[in-house]
Amino acid sequence: MIAVKKLVKRFGLKTVLRGVDFEVQPGEFVALLGPNGAGKTTFLRILASLSRPSLGDVQVAGYHLPNESAQVRARLGVVSHLPLLYGDLTAEENLRFYARMYNITNYETRITEVLEMIGLENRRRDLVRTFSRGMEQRLAIGRAVLHDPDVILFDEPYTGLDQDASAMLDGVLKTVAAQGRTVVMTSHDLARAEELATRFDVLSRGVIAASTSSSGLGQNNLLTFYKQALAG
Amino acid sequence: MTIKSSSADDRPQTADRESNRLSSIVHGQPSSNFLKAISAVVWKDLQAEFRSRELFSAMLVFSLLVILIFNFALDLDIKTRQSVTAGVLWVTFAFAGTLGLNRSMAIEKDRGCLDGLLLAPVDRSAIYFGKAISNLAFMLIVEAIVLPVYSALYNTNLFQPGLLLVILLGSIGYVAVGTLLAAMTVQTRTRDILLPILLFPVVIPLLLAAVQASNGVLTAAEASQIMRWINMLIAYDIILISTAYMLFDYVVEE
Repeated sequence: MIAVKKLVKRFGLKTVLRGVDFEVQPGEFVALLGPNGAGKTTFLRILASLSRPSLGDVQVAGYHLPNESAQVRARLGVVSHLPLLYGDLTAEENLRFYARMYNITNYETRITEVLEMIGLENRRRDLVRTFSRGMEQRLAIGRAVLHDPDVILFDEPYTGLDQDASAMLDGVLKTVAAQGRTVVMTSHDLARAEELATRFDVLSRGVIAASTSSSGLGQNNLLTFYKQALAG
Repeated sequence: MTIKSSSADDRPQTADRESNRLSSIVHGQPSSNFLKAISAVVWKDLQAEFRSRELFSAMLVFSLLVILIFNFALDLDIKTRQSVTAGVLWVTFAFAGTLGLNRSMAIEKDRGCLDGLLLAPVDRSAIYFGKAISNLAFMLIVEAIVLPVYSALYNTNLFQPGLLLVILLGSIGYVAVGTLLAAMTVQTRTRDILLPILLFPVVIPLLLAAVQASNGVLTAAEASQIMRWINMLIAYDIILISTAYMLFDYVVEE
């Protein structure tokens, strides 16, 4: 579903990604781990066609980036630590706007389905600026799955959430993953990553330093694997 | 269950994913997507602005203050006032327009909404046209309020079809390049300062033509003389819109 070969990304003289090789099979839930500044967000922005690769080959859902970016975007949902929602619009107005941008013709039914899935049906007519951070993040997930994408990218989705909101987001994330979507999530929260993901990749110094499946962790916990990957 | 999409046939699917697909989603034809995206952006901007009135009130109050200050500063006789009208008007529109352009893009940037727009599977120039049309609408509404106030303060009749045409053409060009540059400067920390610094040098020929044409209309100059400046405005509008259309994708992508 995602195939990245020798990806390099430079910002001026600074090289952030130094030849990343990365592959994700359909239906996999990959947690992309790494310290601050490792290039996780840059990597996800390239997959989302928000940033152009300097070198290398990037394919998402069978389409090449950056040349087939519109086709990729039609099959992709993105959730970041920013909500990507308009505070002066209501929840349903936000979803209606994005439904029109994604050219979904019978969007009212779909909006209701999504609002029910994220548990915001009774707040559909409230302005987003009155929402708590947790509600905003759930609506952000609703926006990301509105067009039923094959691939979803989560960039630090738990940032700024309290425990209750995080637990609620866990439930929404599990629902999204259970629908058979391919998920790539960056996170600093190793416990949550271990609970949700089926594979763990560590991005360090601009390359994938280590990769393992949840079964491949064996008796080690994710923290041990992560520390070894960074030390190596 | 199947989904009709713009190119659903060549879309890689897994059996599990296919069985989980939601039948309620039906995508329209790509050809209609461009216009639909433009109208969605315009409608969204108008709806959000109707609620907050942030952008509109800032532009309007600023414009009214500027013409009021000019009214006190240029305490001139009626004849001289008429000769400075075009200049005062365009200075007011240009400065108020910058405020609006900055705010319009800042709204997109602050909550990451610009990324949300760029993630939509539409030609990104549709986003540009949507933003430009809504910026133009805000600017024209402010101008429609400023003109009668100016007429009353300066005792000058500004409701002449020729002048309204010049204001429309000048505003189109100003917004066309302003929207592009605002999309560029919004990525920087000094966006409020950077936009006028980049915008004003680019729009000098446009403002020159707009002021000359406005002056020509207000002083009842010969039609051929006015048309020369109006033609220049039209040419400049076409050049600016075409350039912005070609560059917008590169400006917004990292």
